[in-house]
Amino acid sequence: MTAQATPIMQITDAIVEVKDLHLYYGDSEALRGITMSIPRKKVTALIGPSGCGKSTFIRCFNRMNDLIESIRISGEITIDDQDIYDNSVDVIELRRRVGMVFQKWNPFPKSIYENVIYGLRIAGVRDKNLLDETVEKSLKRAALWDEMKDRLHESAMGMSGGQMQRLCIARAIAVSPEIILMDEPCSALDPRSTSRIEELIRELQGDYTIIIVTHNMQQAARVSDFTAYFYIGELVEFGLTKRVFTSPVRKETEDYITGRFG
Amino acid sequence: MIQSLAVEREKLKQRLLQLGSEVENNLIKAEKALINFDPKLAAEIVSADVGIDDLEISVEEKCMQIFARHQPVAGDLRFVVTVLKINNDLERIGDLAAKIADRILLLARKEYVPFSSQQTAQFPEQFRQMFAESIKMVKMSLDSFVDMDADLAYKVRLWDDQVDEAKKAIRVQIEAIIQSDSSQQQYLGMLLSVSRSLERIADHATHIAEDVIYMLQGLIVRHVTEGRGRMGG
Repeated sequence: MTAQATPIMQITDAIVEVKDLHLYYGDSEALRGITMSIPRKKVTALIGPSGCGKSTFIRCFNRMNDLIESIRISGEITIDDQDIYDNSVDVIELRRRVGMVFQKWNPFPKSIYENVIYGLRIAGVRDKNLLDETVEKSLKRAALWDEMKDRLHESAMGMSGGQMQRLCIARAIAVSPEIILMDEPCSALDPRSTSRIEELIRELQGDYTIIIVTHNMQQAARVSDFTAYFYIGELVEFGLTKRVFTSPVRKETEDYITGRFG
Repeated sequence: MIQSLAVEREKLKQRLLQLGSEVENNLIKAEKALINFDPKLAAEIVSADVGIDDLEISVEEKCMQIFARHQPVAGDLRFVVTVLKINNDLERIGDLAAKIADRILLLARKEYVPFSSQQTAQFPEQFRQMFAESIKMVKMSLDSFVDMDADLAYKVRLWDDQVDEAKKAIRVQIEAIIQSDSSQQQYLGMLLSVSRSLERIADHATHIAEDVIYMLQGLIVRHVTEGRGRMGG
């Protein structure tokens, strides 16, 4: 028999390279030596049962885990060959390059306009034209412009959940990130809002590298190009989504995605 | 949800096997009807084919329901897709058995006296072989599905060549008889058509075996020789 796929696929055009990444919360080892590449300008879905380390893993990419004192990390993560844990790295700049969208939308209690340009304001941008352009471009990209163009100066808190989540995506896009991390971005949304976010993810693919954590198998199958299956801090399988969901190599993956386990 | 998909899978499998056994029965009857030139048995085959068609539709509906309700993936997905494809092949095999029966009925209406009773030519022995091998291939392919036996499925593919050889031998023999005794043309033409139907039945059995290989190994082996395949998806 030929053409048997390997459990961990090699990626030719990777933006992120992870080598032997270990992460400990105190004495507990949450990531147990992860080595994988994240394909550039593609959507990579991370799946696995709760507590398998997938959220912890993506939080390493923008050093969100730095905020937790008991954490120790070893191994290496490079973004375009730059070691992001090197002392010389500006974490603020890293977080501009690697944006994040959370499970529960978190707009600021400000206007829609101010939410979108928040990152630029922090960076000291004052050019009104540039700010206006950024708002329009980002809202269009997030499929919100038509709905919101006449309400830009109203509070973001009056939007629906799905709209707020798209606003958070617009806010992430506004600072021109290379990578967007999404941690269960649809788990609190109804099916219609979910499908709008999913469409948006498909549209952003090609311009941004997107890494999405999801508990919804069908969502991973629908939106991603690549799928990684994590289990108890280990990467079990990583490959093309269309293959993983039709012919997974590892039995553990099969059992998880078919709902026999986890 | 998890348990109910397993239950649905089992029900679907049983329904497909019921279809398989009715198709096999009709094939066995077709052999008897031909060799004994028995129009009454041939008529039975044709009427049983209606039930086969109904079963085929019910298997397809069941597959659709599973897709809609469970969105199967991985092994479950390959299972349901395989059932859907085997279902088609079985229905086609059923049609071909009915087509053989139709030929017998057609000749009976013309009050044709089969050549075996005229003793002008031997009933080609390869027919028994072709029937035996085709029926065996159908049975083996379904067994490979039930027992999840990829080795058996690969064996079915090898048998197909023998059926093709038998069909060629029959054609050569029949053409020779037609040349020496053109009065037998109509009956011999029917036998040629039957041999083509049997060859196609063997082809469908081969498709079933190939689908079983895909279900078990995720390998698409159609259009590929030497038992090599490529990953599906």
